[in-house]
Amino acid sequence: MTYLAKPKLHHPGLDKNTLGYTRRDYEGAISTLCAGCGHDSISAAIIQACFELELPPHRIAKLSGIGCSSKTPTYFLGSSHGFNSVHGRMPSVLTGANLANRDLIYLGVSGDGDSASIGFGQFAHSLRRGVNMVYIVENNGVYGLTKGQFSATADKGSKSKKGAINADAPIDLVAMALQLGASFVARGFSGDKTQLVPLIKAALLHPGAAFLDVLSPCVAFNNHPGSTKSYDYVREHNEAVNYLDFITPRSEITAQYPPGSVEEVMQHDGSVVRLRKLHADYDPHDRIAAMSYLQQHQIAGEVVTGLLYVDPQPDELHAHLNTVDMPFNQLAESELCPGSAALQKFNAALR
Amino acid sequence: MKATDIAAPDYFHRVVDCQWACPAHTPVPEYIRLIAQGRYGDAYLINWKSNVFPGILGRTCDRPCEPACRRGRVEEGNGEKPEPVAICRLKRVAADYKDDIRARLPRPAAARNGKRVALIGAGPSSLTVARDLAPLGYEVVLFDGDARAGGMIRTQIPRFRLPEAVIDEEVGYVLDLGVDFRAGQRIDSLTQLLRENYDAVFVGTGAPRGRDLDIPGRREAAANIHIGIDWLSSVSFGHIDRIGRRVIVLGGGNTAMDCCRSSRRLGGEDVKVVVRSGFDEMKASPWEKEDAMHEGIPILNFMVPKAFTHEHGKLTGVLFEKVAAQYDDRGRRQLLPTGEPDVHLPCDDVLVAIGQENAFPWIERDLGIEFDKWGMPVVDKVTLRSTHPRVFFGGDAAFGPKNIIWAVAHGHEAAVSIDKLCHGEDLHQRPAPGVSLTSQKMGIHEWSYDNAVSGDVRYRVPMKENRIALKDIKVEVELGFDPKLAFAEAQRCLNCDVQTVFTPKLCIECDACVDICPMDCINFTDNGDEPALRQRLRAPADDPEQALYVSDALKITGHVMVKDEDVCLHCGLCAERCPTGAWDMQKFYLEMTHAGPGCRNKRREANPLPA
Repeated sequence: MTYLAKPKLHHPGLDKNTLGYTRRDYEGAISTLCAGCGHDSISAAIIQACFELELPPHRIAKLSGIGCSSKTPTYFLGSSHGFNSVHGRMPSVLTGANLANRDLIYLGVSGDGDSASIGFGQFAHSLRRGVNMVYIVENNGVYGLTKGQFSATADKGSKSKKGAINADAPIDLVAMALQLGASFVARGFSGDKTQLVPLIKAALLHPGAAFLDVLSPCVAFNNHPGSTKSYDYVREHNEAVNYLDFITPRSEITAQYPPGSVEEVMQHDGSVVRLRKLHADYDPHDRIAAMSYLQQHQIAGEVVTGLLYVDPQPDELHAHLNTVDMPFNQLAESELCPGSAALQKFNAALR
Repeated sequence: MKATDIAAPDYFHRVVDCQWACPAHTPVPEYIRLIAQGRYGDAYLINWKSNVFPGILGRTCDRPCEPACRRGRVEEGNGEKPEPVAICRLKRVAADYKDDIRARLPRPAAARNGKRVALIGAGPSSLTVARDLAPLGYEVVLFDGDARAGGMIRTQIPRFRLPEAVIDEEVGYVLDLGVDFRAGQRIDSLTQLLRENYDAVFVGTGAPRGRDLDIPGRREAAANIHIGIDWLSSVSFGHIDRIGRRVIVLGGGNTAMDCCRSSRRLGGEDVKVVVRSGFDEMKASPWEKEDAMHEGIPILNFMVPKAFTHEHGKLTGVLFEKVAAQYDDRGRRQLLPTGEPDVHLPCDDVLVAIGQENAFPWIERDLGIEFDKWGMPVVDKVTLRSTHPRVFFGGDAAFGPKNIIWAVAHGHEAAVSIDKLCHGEDLHQRPAPGVSLTSQKMGIHEWSYDNAVSGDVRYRVPMKENRIALKDIKVEVELGFDPKLAFAEAQRCLNCDVQTVFTPKLCIECDACVDICPMDCINFTDNGDEPALRQRLRAPADDPEQALYVSDALKITGHVMVKDEDVCLHCGLCAERCPTGAWDMQKFYLEMTHAGPGCRNKRREANPLPA
């Protein structure tokens, strides 16, 4: 952490997007996390993704629970809506907010403690309901705020900083998300923004429940030999199945790839996710194959990253519930509260 | 690219743009920090050691440091008018607010070393040679035609810019080192002087001759046409205290600015500056033009003087031809008449300030001192020695008109040469500068420099009102920064001497430095050749003059760290966010090696002086 505010001065040649904002305009307060924390890189990747997508900051809502990761929304998107909720309860607050105002872009930020332990149920239900959101777990396998106990995502056999060996089986949130029906599932690494930024961009524009597990080494408590969530371990065992190029409808397609190595996935808004396949046999549209691919590589000690599963035409909660198109705050009082006659009619229908 | 060799003294020196640009390489950020701390005496001494005339230069320097200052570049795209730190005027603060520093200056040598050196002309370059050599035991004899030392500092710079007391003080510090000053003793023959068996002779006679303008009417109206620098020195000595009501100053350099502003103070009410070229191409420093215009002096451009008009032997005005700049195929500029009718500007006096020339009528051409076809001595740019083994040149006398700070730089180098000559050493084996690199880390977020970056824009130096300033030529116009303003201005300095030093073997590539860097200077990427690398950094590094700092390949990814030095704020956030200490902020201090034991070859140090 630092005591200095980041100077306002920026590079003279800093780009502006069509909204007139520079990347710096998407920043938040300066981080108070430990120096070198992977979470700060994820914050930087979110800033970059929102800048590149030219999202108006006031159209984004960032919600979080409790933990190091859940502190991070303070450090990005300083002009967006924010809600720092109760431990493990981000998904229900987000679901409620989404139901009330479906026009905002929802970014849920959580950690392995917040989502895999105390909020495991909330995590599961928000995904299975198909809430239109990006759910990011900043996953470091350790409870940093309480000085380094194993979290529920710590791999069996991995070693703590003090030398203890983890005997418990890990929860793989990606496997869970696949099973629970998330329509966009990806895993990234805080130390590889080339891969992470396009994943966040694609997730932000995905019109359904997008889950993103980002390995984010804890430099203070989980970056030593024997850890399976350290910078070195993840770098050495990273099995990226693909890299994305995220192409907005306006941007030009310039890069050339050998035939067969690229797959383009058209999104419903006209944007294209271009997958540069690193493993020719990996099919990101086959949920079941993805699950078994993950399991096999996990057993081999490998960390599979990339866009693991995507359904280009997903359902989402509002469609399931057949809600009104307008956000509540745009409905008139007469529509929100149609009066006692309407209530009686409704009650009668339920008798 | 190959990994940067940060052990080479030049690498970090170049990052300190101001110090690199300064001919004397004064450690600018170091003394600015001392000013911010209120340690004016310490700040003064750093200057005094490096540039000999802090109080004088703090008012009159051409300040090559300021256009180079990184602050001007980093404010681009961030505010209305990017401006460098007011380095020059901060220097003056050190001189204005210091306490008595005399006890901290070197003392006259206790014993002579038996070597005699003659310095001709008591201007800034000779005084610098004297300052460097006298404390070492040299018998330094300083000749000047005038009664008091200072040279052009005293004769050509008007008092409203530089009070006499400041000159007396700083020239005095040099003369008090045991210099034998022969006032009023003009050297008319170098042959005779050389016969007096000096071990070395240094010529620092400046560029004493003002260029004349030979156009019709020059002779007839001579009584009211004056050569700028001669007129300025007559004003300076009090021989002239009036000028006509309407004055035209011809020329666009700093001398012209001094002429017009002096005229305003000596009865000139309608004073104009007229230049041949365009306003933007004028040689005068932008701030001197501003100051002149502030005093109600218009600057008219693209007008070439054709004739002085006169009636009954008295000047009536100047006739000008209007011209425009045209560029030929080779991009060379020509001033071609526009065809508009000539303009006649009536006036009572004309000051001609169109350039200065060297003149060496007192140097016999059979002495072995070669002169080139322009009448300039052939002088070695490094050693400042002429083709005569014992004769050295410096300041304007060496390479034509420059400025005080160049004269000082020449003086230091000539003193080194003379010292080496007198010790029988090779003049071309020059001493390396003294450099050190010291970590500034005090605690987790504590540095021994103030790393917060000020967002303030440049502060203006308070000035005397025109109403008062224009009444008396001896009233100093600029009041100088007071300590409060000086502190605020000093905080604008980015501490470019506190270097970002990267240790690749400690780096875990967590990207924390990349994410925090406010200026997008830091990159981790595949290596490549420089032009390609410059284009694919987070922010393109378009200025090839500004170095890329490239590390060795990192252990796991094979990436290299590439830092564009161009707009680094030296805020230290990269080092604060670095979990492993791979980044550290280290103060680079560079001091030029002046004459003395340090400039001599190590092997010879213990040897007695050669006979």
